[in-house]
Amino acid sequence: MHPVLILVVQRIALGLLLLVAASILIFAGTMILPGDVAQSILGQSATPEALANLRAELGLNEPPVTRYFNWLFGVVQGDLGTALTNGQDIATSMGRRLSNTLFLAFWAAAVAVPLAIFLGLVAVLYRDRWPDKLISGVTLASISIPEFLIGYVLMYFVAVQLGWFSTVAMISDSMSLLEKLSVIALPVAVLTLVVLAHMMRMTRAAILNVMQSAYIETAELKGLSAFTVIFRHAFPNAIAPIVNVVMINLAYLVVGVVVIEVVFVYPGMGQYLVDHVSKRDVPVVQACGLVFAAVYIGLNMVADIVSILANPRLRHPK
Amino acid sequence: MKDQIEHLKKRVGQGRITRREFVGRMGALGVSAAMANVMMAQAVRAEGPKKGGHLKMGSVGGESTNSLDPAAAASQVPYYNLNLFGDTLVEVTPEGKVGNRLAEEVSSSPDAKTWKFKIRKGVEFHNGKPLTPEDVLRTMERHSNEESKSGALGVMRGIESMKVEGDMFSVTLKTPNADLPYLMADYHLQIQPDGGFDNPGAGIGTGPYILEEDQPGVRHVWSRNPNYWDDSRGHVDSVEILVINDATARMAALQSGQVHLVNRVDPKVADLVNRAPGVRIESDSGPGHYVFIMHVDTEPFSSNDLRLALKYAIDREDMVEKILRGFGTVGNDMPINAAYPLFDETIPQRSYDPEKAAEHYKKSGHDGSPIILRVSDVAFPGAIEAAQLFQETAKAAGIPLELKREPGDGYWSEVWNTQPFCASYWSGRPVQDQMYSTAYLSTADWNDTRWDNEKFDKMLLEARAELDEARRKELYSKMGRMIRDEGGLICPMFNDFITGVSDKVQGWVDDPTGETMSGRWSSMLWLA
Repeated sequence: MHPVLILVVQRIALGLLLLVAASILIFAGTMILPGDVAQSILGQSATPEALANLRAELGLNEPPVTRYFNWLFGVVQGDLGTALTNGQDIATSMGRRLSNTLFLAFWAAAVAVPLAIFLGLVAVLYRDRWPDKLISGVTLASISIPEFLIGYVLMYFVAVQLGWFSTVAMISDSMSLLEKLSVIALPVAVLTLVVLAHMMRMTRAAILNVMQSAYIETAELKGLSAFTVIFRHAFPNAIAPIVNVVMINLAYLVVGVVVIEVVFVYPGMGQYLVDHVSKRDVPVVQACGLVFAAVYIGLNMVADIVSILANPRLRHPK
Repeated sequence: MKDQIEHLKKRVGQGRITRREFVGRMGALGVSAAMANVMMAQAVRAEGPKKGGHLKMGSVGGESTNSLDPAAAASQVPYYNLNLFGDTLVEVTPEGKVGNRLAEEVSSSPDAKTWKFKIRKGVEFHNGKPLTPEDVLRTMERHSNEESKSGALGVMRGIESMKVEGDMFSVTLKTPNADLPYLMADYHLQIQPDGGFDNPGAGIGTGPYILEEDQPGVRHVWSRNPNYWDDSRGHVDSVEILVINDATARMAALQSGQVHLVNRVDPKVADLVNRAPGVRIESDSGPGHYVFIMHVDTEPFSSNDLRLALKYAIDREDMVEKILRGFGTVGNDMPINAAYPLFDETIPQRSYDPEKAAEHYKKSGHDGSPIILRVSDVAFPGAIEAAQLFQETAKAAGIPLELKREPGDGYWSEVWNTQPFCASYWSGRPVQDQMYSTAYLSTADWNDTRWDNEKFDKMLLEARAELDEARRKELYSKMGRMIRDEGGLICPMFNDFITGVSDKVQGWVDDPTGETMSGRWSSMLWLA
């Protein structure tokens, strides 16, 4: 078998193992939290009778280990179960939220990744001159400001004062793609600002690193234009670290945007998870945790494989 | 000029010009702004509700974990949803009286032990089934039976038996209760077909709006019920509730015109919002109160002198000013205020008195070690700041308070009703009996001050059965004074409900009995 294929299979097996470990950790974590789902659902209005009735109904009187294996058994068969709090089917309600999250992440990435790489290339081209300094300054400033603040500032000026876009990024199935894009314009803008600097700086650093090599000098001496040198000769050799950092940021766009979701009222996974954690709704928390872990592990795996494929020595081992 | 005024009044009544425009033009005609506002309200009322439109609210208090099961409702969004799809037998009106809804007539036996509700005829559920007294009986059974997990279980506990007699639904109580109709107005008790036993979360009732889209924690869309029995409610064609838990996002949505009203405006920004174009603030006083509660059976709070010392050591006016920014009223260490029927206005107001506090503190013989007050920002908005103010004013009286910040997550299960001294919140109840029975009767589950007084319990039961209002008022006054002088409740303030409303919205009614017109905003407001 081809060594790359073996590596991929190994990675996937390891990933699955990691997922199981993550689910155990999440389950244990929700057990440590004070109070249980019955108390959380009833809140201040919990009477002892109502609590006992609800616990019995939700099957909370079984030992935790039994509950975990019941859950695991269901998941292996593709059954994520129903939410303890409102009895909705988890796969359906989470599926809708997941597709929203992926929609937002996709458009944020579609803007941010090309822009970051392009700005990185420009920064290299004009390194240590004013365009480089301007790009670095602006992107570093935007990553340093808390994202909710950028959100509020954009909301106030662009939505409330100018009225160009909506402050509430609530998308629904009845909207056309164009309407959806207009509604998510502000969160996409904020997310772009947040992830831009990291990718831009890595692109710049990786390419500058390659630019020290002898073959770049050769290319320059051949008389190629500066941009061609960077794009054709330096960029392919700098791709591995760039892909790594792009993947980390993509993962962030999927799993780490709960603050943006709250600020712009976007119906994504983050808010869904937080609601269920605060209600101790373990099956939902498990399902969300599993999806988030899978996204992280999957994207990191892609990054690894791409960097292997990008390296001829690893691609064609002797 | 009179013609011009009449013309403008007509235009504003029809909603053809905005409030701002109206007030401005009236000003040009020499009419004061206050007068213009009064004239506008009259004009709008004279013109009557306008039908149609899509009313949108941005609301706090919705989670992805919500369901439409009336028994499970505990926060604002589920509460509003219940009022959209359902009807209760009776309701509490803004004047604090009982108003008939699905019950056409309420009557009781002379001893207030048996109550009869005549069920309205010709009412239809959203699924086409006609409403019968059996549906009412089944609903009440679901909220009161052994397996119930309903938030209304507490109010149903005094019922001995229920039955249907022709078109009457009749309730027999264990002990007489003159306030039973108020209990039946509890928002959990929405009448569902067959009591909602087969599918409690279906969202089917007799209410003014029919479910279109249900996305818990995101939004709920409702369209008008064309067969609604009450023509005076349900003006707009459709209602949409957007869950916007973030306060700043809520304000931005209101100001950018994406929603017509938002609840729970932060008192800190209320004045700013009121000055912004196109929106206004509606502030209603109510029975909700912010409290610090002590367990009267636990050291050192078992000493009434120490309790009095702490009560004198809190500056109520200052807290209303700083925590509520004036959107509220001072409390008097009892859970009752003027929002309740039969409130006694003559009970003297307690105020900050460091000398008296020091005196009582000395008399209590406390050893001077710090008294631990547990607090979290989920207890009530501004709880941490309020506790810090309390700490300062107590220090001036020589009483050492130590604040312990608790995590908000789990506060209601781990701290409230468990720890001897903590910050908390009560949303209040429609009548005094219910408030006292919920939290001050010695056997109450939520007796969060561990108040156990035989004389008090006896008076409570006596007042409950008493049909003579003067006598009841006297009993309630005595009970209030008792809690105020001996109880474990430190009540610095009653908060107002502050709602942000677009100028397009008409028909607002000040309602002290509950938040946002007691949840009836959706069926009583209209769009100009």
